[in-house]
This record gives sequence, C-alpha cells and structure tokens, in this order.
Amino acid sequence: MSKEAILRVRGVSKSFGGVKAVDNVSFDLVKGEIMGIIGPNGSGKTTLINLITGFVKKDSGEVFFKDRNISKLPPHRIADLGVTRTFQIMRPYYTLPAFKNLIVPLYSPRARRGVGGGLGDRDAVAIDLLEEVGFERDAYVPYKLASALPLGYLKRLELSRCLALKPEVVIGDEVFSGLSMSEIASMVRLMEKLQMRGITLIMVEHRLRELFLLANRVMVMNFGKKIAEGIPGEVMGSKEVREAYLGTEEG
Amino acid sequence: MQLTTRRKERLDRGIKVRTSGIYAVSSLREIAYLVTPRAILIVGLLILPLVMPNMYWQRVICITGIFALLALVFDFLADYVGIISLGGALYVGVGGYVAGICNSSLGLSPALTIPIATLAGAVICTLLLLPCLPLRGIYFAIITLMYPLVLPRIIEALHIFGGTEGMAALSTFPNIWVSLYLIIVVLLIALFALRRLVNTDMGLVLHGIKDNDQAVRASGMNITWYKARAVFIASAIGCFAGAYLTHLYGWVGLSLFGLDFSILPIAAFVLGGPGTLVGPVIGAFILTPLSEALRAFGPLRIVVYCIILVGFIVFRPEGLMKFLQRKYHQFERWAEV
Repeated sequence: MSKEAILRVRGVSKSFGGVKAVDNVSFDLVKGEIMGIIGPNGSGKTTLINLITGFVKKDSGEVFFKDRNISKLPPHRIADLGVTRTFQIMRPYYTLPAFKNLIVPLYSPRARRGVGGGLGDRDAVAIDLLEEVGFERDAYVPYKLASALPLGYLKRLELSRCLALKPEVVIGDEVFSGLSMSEIASMVRLMEKLQMRGITLIMVEHRLRELFLLANRVMVMNFGKKIAEGIPGEVMGSKEVREAYLGTEEG
Repeated sequence: MQLTTRRKERLDRGIKVRTSGIYAVSSLREIAYLVTPRAILIVGLLILPLVMPNMYWQRVICITGIFALLALVFDFLADYVGIISLGGALYVGVGGYVAGICNSSLGLSPALTIPIATLAGAVICTLLLLPCLPLRGIYFAIITLMYPLVLPRIIEALHIFGGTEGMAALSTFPNIWVSLYLIIVVLLIALFALRRLVNTDMGLVLHGIKDNDQAVRASGMNITWYKARAVFIASAIGCFAGAYLTHLYGWVGLSLFGLDFSILPIAAFVLGGPGTLVGPVIGAFILTPLSEALRAFGPLRIVVYCIILVGFIVFRPEGLMKFLQRKYHQFERWAEV
C-alpha cells in the first residue's frame, strides 16, 4: 500500500516527571482517511494530540506534515499550515452569540489568506459555517448566545472553529463524549461529510461502537505506548487490546 | 387581613434591542436615549476646566487627566486582553524621560516631543515587556511592577539623564488652557477609540485571548503578537501621559517612576467599574480631586481616602459605572403587591 501519508509521526515521546505519558509512538496518517485513536483513560491520547499540534513540547521524536518537519513549530504555526484540533474541554466565548465565536478563527492569517477559497463578510461566513455543522439557521440557532447552547451544539461549534480555517487535518479530541445517542448519530454523519470533502480526520474517542462505524483504521494506546494498529474489527480481536480494556485474567 | 404593601418594581429595558440595530435610530427619542450619556460625558469634560475656581484646581484637572488615561489603559488591558499590568509608572517614566531628553538635548518643542515620546516610548515599553508577554496574571503584573523600580535605580547609579536631580527648565505649555484641553481632548479620543477597538474583529481576538488563549492559538493566531499590539496601544497612551506630565511641570525626575502611577489607576478602576472603559475614567475624576480635597485632613488624608475606597468596594463592588448603567436602562416604579 503506497498511499500518500499526509501526517507522519515518528517516535514521539513525552514524560511528565517520572511518568511516560507518551512513549515512542509512531504512525502514518493517510490522506483522506479517518483514523481512530482509542485506549483506556490516562493512556496518553490527549497528550499525543498536544504533542502533534505543538501545545506541549516533545521530549523526542518528529512530526512531518506533507514531508515538512513541524516538530519544532509553535501551535499557531501548525494550525496555520492546516493541522487543526478541537479541545476536549470547550470554552467558547459564552457572552457572545454563537456565530461571533467564529470571528476569531476567521480573522486568523490562514483564513484571511483565503486558503481554500476567499472570504466574504465574516459574519455571513460564520453563519454559513455553523449551518454546515448543523446549527439551524431558520431557528436562529447561530444567533443564540453560546451560554444558551446545549452541549451538542457546543461540540459542533468547537468543530466549526477548526473548519473555519479550511483545514487539511482535523484532530478531534472526544467529539462524541457527553452527547446523546441521536446527537452522536448526527455527529457521525457530519464526520462522514467532512471526510467526503477531503478532510483527513483523527478521532480520539471512548465511544468505540460509533467510532468503528467511521474509522478506516484504529490505533490503540495503553500506558503511553502504541499497542495495536489496524482495521477496527481486527484490532479488538487482539489479546493485548482486550487486556488493556478488560484487565488481565489474573487480576 | 390586608397584605398589600408597596414595593419597588424594576423593569429592565431591552438593552440589547435599544442600543443596537435599526431600533436605535428609529426615532429621535431612541437616538436621544443613546446619545445623552455620551453627550453628558463629552460636554461635562469639556466644560470642567471652565468651572474650576482657580489655577490650583485647574492643575488638579490636568493631573486627573493623566490618572484617567492610566486607569483607562489598565481597564483595557485587564478586561479586554486579560493582561494585568501595573506598568503605569513604567509608561509615565519612559514617556516622560523620552520627552525630556528630546526637549533638553535636541531642543525640540513640546509639539514634537510629545508625539515622539508617545511612539518611541511605546516601542521601548513594548520591547521591555515583550519577553514576559507569555506570562499571565500576577506573574506579568510583578514584572511590570519591577521595571519602574529598576529603571530609576539605573538612572541614579549611572548618573545619566540628569541622575537624581532630573532635568529641569524644560519647555512648558504656553498657557493653562492648552494643557487643560490637550489632556481632555486626548482622553476623549483615547476613550472612544478604545471602545471602538474592543468591538472590532481584532478586539474579539483580544477578548478571545483573555477568555481562552489555547483556542486562539489553535485557530492559527500568534497570541504574543496580538498581546504585543495591545501593549503597544496601551503604552502609547501611557507614554503620552508621561510626556504630557513632563511638559506640564517643565521638569523630569525619578518621581515619574513613582508607584502612584501604577496603583492609583487601579483604585479608579475598581471604583469606576471594571470592564466599562468609561468607568475608570470617571473613577479617576472622582478619586484624584477627592484626594486633593482631603488635604484639609492633613496626615489623616490617606485614612479618609482609604475609608471611602473600602466603602465603595464593600457597598458597590460592581463599580459606579455598572450601577449607573443599570439604573439608566431600568424603569423603576412603586407597585402595589
């Protein structure tokens, strides 16, 4: 298989004190795929995202985006190249209407350069973006204060913050967590839509069932190490993965 | 048994509706509703010098203007960018010394030294603060407090810029009216310019940095660059105040780095209402003349001053301006219950 790798992660490590949060993790992200990263709590998934997007300094290892070494770049430069992420804990600007939240990314250098098509009026673009991720314009949802929005909408708002940058790679940190089944179902459809548009996705998730519907490939982490990688069904068959989730037979 | 009592009923007017959109300009009454508070402020400030009884009080207004500018800048940085800066003394000192040097060594007139000091001083202050911009909250505040303590010691030790004596016999303003209206006009311009800035898209980005700087970075924006721009704007205004002070007295000295310039604006900010921009200005126009008026108390002056300040913090912690705003936007009537 010689598909084009858009993001290559090579031997990335990070320790916090004596704890190896991420230990020598390598993987390739193929352009256009959805890759899932799963693992028990504290297995280093979010730290891995932080390392890739530059929010936390790597102890060692390198990250290449389209053959360009982005290991040493600060977060805003990495986002500027088109590798964006959502945050697990969203903190939108609660005092502002939802669409005003998108003015910040739309004002960013990448958006103003017009990567992937220029911009019109920022407010109008923001409302279009929100409609795309499922804010019903007819019900005036984009105009509601962010503080009045339920969690499902906040998650989409966070996702649309990434989409405002016209990204090539979106890394979603637990996009499904805390959502109801119907909200998850519509989020799954939204993710499929993004994949159709050619956006490459990494999804860090705990909701395995929904993730396995979406993901082309899954990577499993435990104690900071990558313990398995492959297509969803195969990975869960592996003994090591079952042990990580369910514990070993003795204990 | 009769249970009817009278109580005050308050109805909030639709503030958002009345102050934005087409409704705001739909009738003369609505326009007046919006314009009146602003007009009172502008006309009030412009009339103020005329009603001052004597030269001494006119001077007080000049000094008040300086503190009002510093309070305004503190509020801008603290509430709209999320930078707690105690740099008032730094801005005043740097601006004052730049103006003083331009005036005494190069012989430039105040009409030139003040703009030069405003811009050059802002560049110097921004460069000094640039390495600490990634720091947040109290840590940044400590650094901004450190500079006004360190710089005068350096001037003292190296005997540069007049050393401990300072530089005297600098140009002053031609007359008191020029100095009065210069500071008041600049204050009004700075106030309305900052109010406009915080509502632009860049203002939203700055506000985003205050609320959630990680998200702003994840949006591909260099937050240090935006913070530096905000600090530049703030220190330009502060340096103007310093240059103005220099030419008001015709003298530059180490007292320009006095911590009064860092601390008093915070008192004005608390009194006036954090986050309103205009509040701290009003706060300064109450506190500075008040502190002058209290000179009658002699040594007890600071005690009385502090009691008034504490009283405000306890009974009106939201600040004067927010209280006035609420009252203005509210109907109030007695209702039978």
